[in-house]
Amino acid sequence: MQGGAGVPVITLENIRKQYGTFVAVDGANLSIGQGEFFAMLGPSGCGKTTTLKMIAGFEQPTEGRILLEGVDVSTVPPYKRNVNTVFQQYALFPHMTVFDNVAFGPRSKKLDSSTIKSRVMEMLEVVRLADFAQRRPAQLSGGQQQRVALARALVNYPSALLLDEPLAALDLKLREAMQLELKRIQREVGITFVFVTHDQGEALTMSDRIAVMNEGHIEMVGTPEDIYDRPSSVFVASFIGSANLLPGVVESVSGSSVTVRLSCGAVVDSSGSDFATGESVTVMIRPERITPGGEAIAGRSISGEITDLVFQGPSVRLIARLADGTEVGAVVGSHTNLTIPRPGDRVTMSWDAQGSFVLKGHPEMAGSTTSNLDHVEANL
Amino acid sequence: MNLVVDRRTRLAKFFDRADFVGLGTMLLLALGIVAVGAGWVNGDAARLVVIALGAVLVGIIAMAVMGNGEVRRKLAPYGLLKPGILWLALFFLAPVWSLFVMSLSAKESRFDFWPDFSWHWDNYRTALTEFRPQFVRSFSYAGIATLLTLIIGFPLAYVIAFRGGRYKTILLGLVVVPFFTSYLIRTLAWQNLLADSGPIVSIIDDLRLTGLFESLNIMENGKLMNTPAAVIGGLTYNFLPFMVLPIYVSMEKIDVRLLDAAHDLYSTGRRAFRKVVLPLTFPGIFAGTLLTFIPAAGDFINAALLGSPNTTMIGNSIQDQFIRQNNWPVAGAMSLVLMAIITVAVMIYTKFLGTEDLV
Repeated sequence: MQGGAGVPVITLENIRKQYGTFVAVDGANLSIGQGEFFAMLGPSGCGKTTTLKMIAGFEQPTEGRILLEGVDVSTVPPYKRNVNTVFQQYALFPHMTVFDNVAFGPRSKKLDSSTIKSRVMEMLEVVRLADFAQRRPAQLSGGQQQRVALARALVNYPSALLLDEPLAALDLKLREAMQLELKRIQREVGITFVFVTHDQGEALTMSDRIAVMNEGHIEMVGTPEDIYDRPSSVFVASFIGSANLLPGVVESVSGSSVTVRLSCGAVVDSSGSDFATGESVTVMIRPERITPGGEAIAGRSISGEITDLVFQGPSVRLIARLADGTEVGAVVGSHTNLTIPRPGDRVTMSWDAQGSFVLKGHPEMAGSTTSNLDHVEANL
Repeated sequence: MNLVVDRRTRLAKFFDRADFVGLGTMLLLALGIVAVGAGWVNGDAARLVVIALGAVLVGIIAMAVMGNGEVRRKLAPYGLLKPGILWLALFFLAPVWSLFVMSLSAKESRFDFWPDFSWHWDNYRTALTEFRPQFVRSFSYAGIATLLTLIIGFPLAYVIAFRGGRYKTILLGLVVVPFFTSYLIRTLAWQNLLADSGPIVSIIDDLRLTGLFESLNIMENGKLMNTPAAVIGGLTYNFLPFMVLPIYVSMEKIDVRLLDAAHDLYSTGRRAFRKVVLPLTFPGIFAGTLLTFIPAAGDFINAALLGSPNTTMIGNSIQDQFIRQNNWPVAGAMSLVLMAIITVAVMIYTKFLGTEDLV
């Protein structure tokens, strides 16, 4: 799903970054195509910001190469790289007007003043701030400052725009509006966006492709659908959205179909590749795939006792406890035709044929399973 | 109709404010003290008025301390201003007023002890003509010293602010450490350093640089002491912290990510410095130059201890006229001229380089 043909805009080859004995990024390989909206997603400290800084040139990789449009720039200083950054707290120049802020890059490049003026005004038009050209950053709201930072970077027509948690400083409503705004601007200018975030919702909403990082490693690269439906590891499954992660052991394998005996006793059929009989695995089922009540379907059902029922507006979240004590979440529309079971009811929960997915290893590997509410609460 | 009512209520509100009375009383009292102290008004009536105003003032303070919440909230700001205003009235307004009166006085004969007020403008002519060289010297020495403190202090502040890391506090402490020793002692120490047989002169001699330093007008006849260079050197040394600290404070406030942003936007280190660091440091430079130049222009210790009769500054002359020549009227005129020149110079400087709208 790489945008344009030809050379990728950014290529990372076996990038490793070490601070003393601490390894921030380890063996990262990536290639980001022309016009892509690419997100780097992970918990704090996973190395995503360090990776971004290496692309921008603020940090040098300890090992490996960084290529910009096919040219090795690993040791090139930031001011000679044709990428621009939108900083987390924007880093607007407080002593300059909006116009001068945006014109900073073109002026560094010594373009002539009429070109600068028309380019800056054009870019302020794109971010809808043309009327604010003579204001100082301190006179603007957070969202407006954010758009100035965006214009200041985009006015240079960089090969790629790097955004470091650009929406983290905004409140929820504004953040949602800016997500759409960013998407619109990216379509309009057609420049590759590399977007660092720890917010999985943001990454899913906005990106063409996502790289999920954990402890310095890139765990998975894929489209939002790939990452949500077919995660490559227990970590990815638990980090993106909420997931029921049920531990079990492989009973038999035939082709891409895997039969797993869950620790609650149920035997389920699921899909996955490269598994051996007797292997410890985790079956992932997204809560919205589960239908509570109804008849049991062979190989696609478990049963448990409802312990809790949470009304969430458009949906209702049900928590059920399985025979082995594992808690399973299910989400159903709050105006569904189904009869929603009450706490204390014993129910059968089943899912559709593509509703589950087998992952290597046990859920404990993820650190926390989002289906285990006690654990989540303990972490809060 | 509406407008009239509106204006009336606004005026009424203005006069209704208890604090307005408080402030007015304080100013009146201050003026009263000045007037009585300077012998401007005489007699029991004047004293009575001052006592009455004083009583009102005490009343206001008492109300500010003991009144109910509403009264206290209104009076508190003026209660806090009061000590400052009284202090300034007593030790600034009153002396300046008496200095002004003195500067227009003259002695009828050599043997009079106290000069009489007689609109004697001639004192100002004397101050400006006879002491012209001292004025010129003062301002040029102070100007050169300010420039030197800027040249030395700016890089120093820069290194502490941006490269100091965890040693920041220690480095800043080292800048302030000389303050633990008295100004006078530090300047006396310079006498030893610059003495004809002292360490600095002998090093220069050993390196055979005497000729070079003489041609640069830094040394005279192989000596450093008693030269303009020694006086300017002393001023530069003594006022350096006043330049370093404000510049450091404004640099410290600069977000280092602004430099990252400048580099990211194709600026070399030099351009980032010129376009980002320098403008944001301007308020500090502005404060530093004022804090250095104003006291340096009126300084007399450096010229007295490190200079010669050829390097006297206006401060030395004023001291001389006051204490040795007993010529208070001319000394008063010189003091006021110095104040006036500095005030005007600072106003012009502020007008052209004022940095109010800088963050």
